[in-house]
Amino acid sequence: MLAYIVRRLLYAVPILIGVNLLTFALFFVVNTPDQMARVQLGDRYVSEVAIQEWKVQRGYDKPLLFNTAHEGPAAVTETIFFEKSLSLFALDFGKSDAGRNIAADIEQRMWPSLAVALPTFAIGIAVNIAFALFVVMFRASLFDTGAMILCVALMSISGVFYVIAGQFFFAKEWNLVPVSGYLSGVDAWRFLLLPVIIGVISGIGGGTRLYRTLFLEEANKDYVRTARAKGVSELTVLFRHILPNGMIPILTSVVVVIPSLFMGSLLVESFFGIPGLGSYTLEAIQAQDFAIVRSMVFLGSVLYIIGLLLTDISYTLVDPRVRLS
Amino acid sequence: MEVFDVRVHLLWSDILIFILVASLLCFVVSVLKNPLARGRWAKVFESRIGAASFMVILFYVLIALTDSLHFQKRLEATAESTDVHYAPEMTSVLDLILAPMLDRDEKTYSAPFAIYSFAKENIESDDGTVVREFPRLEHGGSHITMEEQHVADIVVKSLTAIGWTLVPILIVLFIHHWYIRKEDSRLPWPVIYFTFAAIVVVSSWALQMSQYYHVLGTDKVGQDVLYGAIKAIRTGVLIGTLATLVTLPLAVLLGISAGYFRGWVDDVVQYIYTTLNSIPGILLIAASVLLINVYIETNPEQFKLLSDRADFRFIALCFILGMTSWTGLCRLLRAETLKVSQLEYVQAAHAFGVSRWRVIMRHILPNTTHIILIALVLDFSAFVLAEAVLSYIGVGVDSSMKSWGNMINEARSELAREPVVWWSVIAAFILMFTLVLAANLFSDRVRDVFDPRMSGSGDNS
Amino acid sequence: MKIRESFIGIALMLSTAFWVTGCSDQAWNNPHPAEDAGKNILYSNFSGPPKHLDPVISYSADEGRFIDQIYDPPLQYHYLKRPFELEANTLTALPEIVYRNADEQPVSAEAEDLAYSDYYFDIKPGIYYQPHPALALNDDGEPYYAFETAAEASQYSALSDFAQTGTRELVAADYTYQIRRLADPTLLSPIRGLLAQYIQGMTEFAEPAKEARAAQQDGEWLDLRTIEFDGIEVIDRYRFRVRLKGKYPQFSYWLAFHFFAPVPPEADRFYSMPGMNDRNITLDWYPIGTGPYMMTKNDPNEAIVLERNPNYRDDFYPAEGEPADRAAGLLDDAGQALPFIDKVVYRLEKESIPLWSKFLQGYYDRSGVASDSFDQAISIDAEGIALSDDMRDRGIKLDIAVMPGTYYFGFNMLDEVVGDTGTVEERERKRLLRHAIAIAYDQEEYISIFYNGRGETGMSPIPPGIFGYQQGEEGVNTSVFDWVNGKPVRKSIDYAKELMARAGYPDGRNAETGEPLVLNFDTTVSSSGGASHDWLIKKMKQLGIQLNIRGSDYNRFKEKMKTGNAQLFQWGWLADYPDAENFLFLLYGPNGQVVTQGAGVNSSNYDNPRYNELFREMKLMENSPERMAIIREMIDITQHDMPWASTFHPHSYVLNNAWVYNSKPHGISKAVLKYMRIDPEQRSAMQESSNRPVLGPLLLVALLVIVLALPGYVGYRRRLNHRVNTVGRQR
Repeated sequence: MLAYIVRRLLYAVPILIGVNLLTFALFFVVNTPDQMARVQLGDRYVSEVAIQEWKVQRGYDKPLLFNTAHEGPAAVTETIFFEKSLSLFALDFGKSDAGRNIAADIEQRMWPSLAVALPTFAIGIAVNIAFALFVVMFRASLFDTGAMILCVALMSISGVFYVIAGQFFFAKEWNLVPVSGYLSGVDAWRFLLLPVIIGVISGIGGGTRLYRTLFLEEANKDYVRTARAKGVSELTVLFRHILPNGMIPILTSVVVVIPSLFMGSLLVESFFGIPGLGSYTLEAIQAQDFAIVRSMVFLGSVLYIIGLLLTDISYTLVDPRVRLS
Repeated sequence: MEVFDVRVHLLWSDILIFILVASLLCFVVSVLKNPLARGRWAKVFESRIGAASFMVILFYVLIALTDSLHFQKRLEATAESTDVHYAPEMTSVLDLILAPMLDRDEKTYSAPFAIYSFAKENIESDDGTVVREFPRLEHGGSHITMEEQHVADIVVKSLTAIGWTLVPILIVLFIHHWYIRKEDSRLPWPVIYFTFAAIVVVSSWALQMSQYYHVLGTDKVGQDVLYGAIKAIRTGVLIGTLATLVTLPLAVLLGISAGYFRGWVDDVVQYIYTTLNSIPGILLIAASVLLINVYIETNPEQFKLLSDRADFRFIALCFILGMTSWTGLCRLLRAETLKVSQLEYVQAAHAFGVSRWRVIMRHILPNTTHIILIALVLDFSAFVLAEAVLSYIGVGVDSSMKSWGNMINEARSELAREPVVWWSVIAAFILMFTLVLAANLFSDRVRDVFDPRMSGSGDNS
Repeated sequence: MKIRESFIGIALMLSTAFWVTGCSDQAWNNPHPAEDAGKNILYSNFSGPPKHLDPVISYSADEGRFIDQIYDPPLQYHYLKRPFELEANTLTALPEIVYRNADEQPVSAEAEDLAYSDYYFDIKPGIYYQPHPALALNDDGEPYYAFETAAEASQYSALSDFAQTGTRELVAADYTYQIRRLADPTLLSPIRGLLAQYIQGMTEFAEPAKEARAAQQDGEWLDLRTIEFDGIEVIDRYRFRVRLKGKYPQFSYWLAFHFFAPVPPEADRFYSMPGMNDRNITLDWYPIGTGPYMMTKNDPNEAIVLERNPNYRDDFYPAEGEPADRAAGLLDDAGQALPFIDKVVYRLEKESIPLWSKFLQGYYDRSGVASDSFDQAISIDAEGIALSDDMRDRGIKLDIAVMPGTYYFGFNMLDEVVGDTGTVEERERKRLLRHAIAIAYDQEEYISIFYNGRGETGMSPIPPGIFGYQQGEEGVNTSVFDWVNGKPVRKSIDYAKELMARAGYPDGRNAETGEPLVLNFDTTVSSSGGASHDWLIKKMKQLGIQLNIRGSDYNRFKEKMKTGNAQLFQWGWLADYPDAENFLFLLYGPNGQVVTQGAGVNSSNYDNPRYNELFREMKLMENSPERMAIIREMIDITQHDMPWASTFHPHSYVLNNAWVYNSKPHGISKAVLKYMRIDPEQRSAMQESSNRPVLGPLLLVALLVIVLALPGYVGYRRRLNHRVNTVGRQR
């Protein structure tokens, strides 16, 4: 098991290097360091000297990938790519192009992201499972068909509409929650209520449908039929057999996203003015702050790989027959 | 190519969409030839939902196709020169159909069927004093002389429009019904008739009413919202289909070769898709879109016309969407290929020395078609929805291109107004929802038929 | 059955929770902490994190809103008087200026041999800094915080974590230290290049400063006092002198900027301690000043908080103003001690829509008027501009001010098609083309659609309120307007078409080849977007011109401007200081974007020798009829050449909730917070009355859910019965 994890982690290294190369290529084709300097320095009376000094200070004065001025290994190490990506592997994110310490920002903005994402995730799963069970209970009835059409309809609405409608009614028309914003501490719940509700509702369609399929698969298994044939009541079958066994594929399928919850949601956070990592990334893209985008992409990839690993481990935990090798 | 007074000028996306349609037709023909596949597909259309949703999709696609036939009008010859020149702006066949909505711009917002503008203006009255009032619209309801006639006029005009459409439709449908009466068809004809009639009546009503009113109001600069929303159909349909044009070859090629050849090929493919997958999708898209903008900036001579540039950005966006979303299908195909190539008859084919290419074409590909199909239809609706989100982030289609995403984006500030400007967002919502819902329902049906195990609605208990 | 009971239990619990919170005296939708209700706090907002708070680097209005309350430059603008008037801030009087020749002898201001201008500053005694850890001393009089290693700093994550604070009197050396910081090349002050042309010794300061830094270890503090600066001199504790090369009348205006605010060397030392930079504890983030407020929280992801500086000097509300100010109640607080408000909370608010909603709900005290909410807020009738009835009912007050700024629609004068290039005849033809476009670009309609009339069409680069602006018939731009019945009337499109024909483009087609004329409008993708582009295309179409929108991101746009590859563009300028020079230099040839490699402000790259010559002359003059005559001639030249198709001067509309007092917009100064007053009780009352939650729809939703669930339940019962009967037949 341990050996497997170590091997998987080693396997992650070339992936992360690939991720880095890709983001690097994309961003530096878009922006030369000169242009980055210009954005950061503002547009009134900026001199060429100031730009050169900015580049030296931020370490953007070296060649991108290959330094012809040096020989041997230095030709590779004395480059922007090497210097900027090596430190990432030590989770040292360095400074943003605007001069802020990225790690400190991430540490601070992670919490609002989690405050939205965790409840949305947990409540979302709970609600979806409840709904799916409810539908399974009435399977093959008009109610079932109606519920499924409703689910498809809910899935067919763009997430942006949910947010717009939610804000319009709950905050603007009915004065139930603040329009947007965030306060750290206990006061946060008032701001989280609406984003969480919207996050849950927008996920109901897809979630319920998927879980219903999984439960139905379980419901069609022989042992369930046997139990039912023996006269065990429908509710008992549902909660004793279908629910616990159906939970296994559900849990193993959601494990992969858990680490990524840290990254927050781009859309919800920026709509509701929640200062999490999602809006952090979006702001960085819009401001073309390459250092932040690079760090966030790297972090996202690391979390995704951890998620994959967790998935594998969770398989062994729920099913002893699966061996990791 | 010159026909009449116009020059046909197809955009790249036009050409691509017609290539796609042609290949789809080939696929349909091959399905019709193969009795097994034919039977399966017939099942899809035998369900009421399947048939109705397919007709809706077909209608959207038809609109998108007529909107993909672009041409330039010829300019009148000047006195000094006899050279022939063409208007730089593009017109599509759809624009000809929608002519009543064109060139009827108001100054700014107006509500659906309104005859007054939505914003007050300074109006100089007869005695020279300036009053701040809602002015009459220049075009919307300009035939109405007395305000009291307004509602009655809408009702009368609507009824006439519907009546004049319904009568011929009923006749056509009746003839058709009488004609096929003897055939043994399992297709749900009543539903098909109903959907057909509904589509035709609604569109004809909207078209006829547009001669007098702005059926869905006007937007901030006074353009007809209905016109914008219909033009956005092309954007929505094309983004859903063209992106798959990229996804498909990549996913099929890499997925099947990884599963079939294994070894280092498998390793490389797995590496590529894990790497791509692990980058948060939106970041990758945003960065790539910025890249495209740079390309356009540095090569302005290739994009002389606004529409050419918007089109290039659009194709690039489709390409990027495809590039970032092929991994899911690729993984499915790899797993399926692994499974299929273990089957005895495939192994046997190997033993008989059948070439690898033939094995893939004859055995592996046909066995994975259903996975590809289901993924395609599902991707379609995902792409249409994604466009709205991308436009919000600012990396969507060009702002000069009509799209639902751009409409929704503007709607945010419209909803904050008092009184609320709701018609733009509702128009975008309805048209987008209808398309995505139809696509989702259709994909459900396809899945039920081709992959009963993952069935969404069947209950086998 | 058990399950259903627990469901009911949960539902009960949830509803009680709602009930309890609903009963607290605060409205549900209040975005501010409950414990702050009723306090003397002003709530405001910011749209994005300020990039720089260091007074030598910061150069944007968004940052000035914060630091101008904290940093105290030597001069300030009078709050109420118009036209803008400078007055002493921390000085006992306006600086005394002595002109000298090369032999240090005093000469008159007009002297031919004038070589230097010496500015003498005399600071008021008894001004103290805000409490700040950098000024905290231990018992030996040494700095309390003196870290040797980065590890010592690691326990602090914000400035508020430093428990010990201290203060000290403001001295002349703090001002001169700041001028050294301006000259320090590593700090990248945006106006270093400009000021170095005038301040004696500033250019020379850069080299030794750079060398001294190179000789240091990484992160070590460089005491700038150790480096020779020729042009500045500390005379005694409260007096200092700055020497300028030649004459630069506009220097006084810079003295009212935070660039010249005092920074104690102790602060520079404090923030340079090892490890501080890594913790984001820098002067660029935590200001230190002698002003009315101090920054107590700087979390750009959530809120920035300013609190009253307990050590603030004696400062009083002005007793004089414009004639209308007394009637408006702006002089009611005359002679009262400043500041009035205890605390200002700026919340992060990135979008205008939620901001507007919260303003109407009473959670923000002041707001601008966005284009989309204009008709809701403002009504324009025969009597003029007024608040709408809805706003008046809420007691909201409106401030209108003409901004000292100019937005323009410009041509790139280096362009082949529209620019000032080619033979004499070609240049004239291109001028006619520009002229036609200027007429077709209906600025009045643009302002009315996209600014709801919040602006006025400009006749020249100089906005109202600035010397050089001319009103009425004498100011009218006769190239574009006719003066009819006491009003300027835009020339007709037919006339513009005639100009097009004379320019060689009859009906927008090239007279020789018949090719349609296609022009490019360069813009950034993020700016205003589709609607205004559609409008522009429509306007150009009137002349038969096909307009192509070339949108790009901001970097690309800057690059195009820098390399002279733009064709048509929109740009704007807000005054640094209220002088005609600050606007006319937008067309001064040597300031061209291309010739200065992107540093200059002349984005049209307009270069007219006569104009340049007049500009140099005008710049050194005091406001006088002679200066006016020169300015008039310069404007005439531009109206003939048309480097800009059109200009407009924006108006600023600010709405104040009923409980805000003493608000008067100041186009230039941002240091106005100290004059503002609020009535928190009035605010609390209004917030409660207008934010009653609407529960009806929620109940409706609950009812709907029940109704929907009912058939399911019924179906379930039926199914159970059915199952019992048919159990044998199930597989």
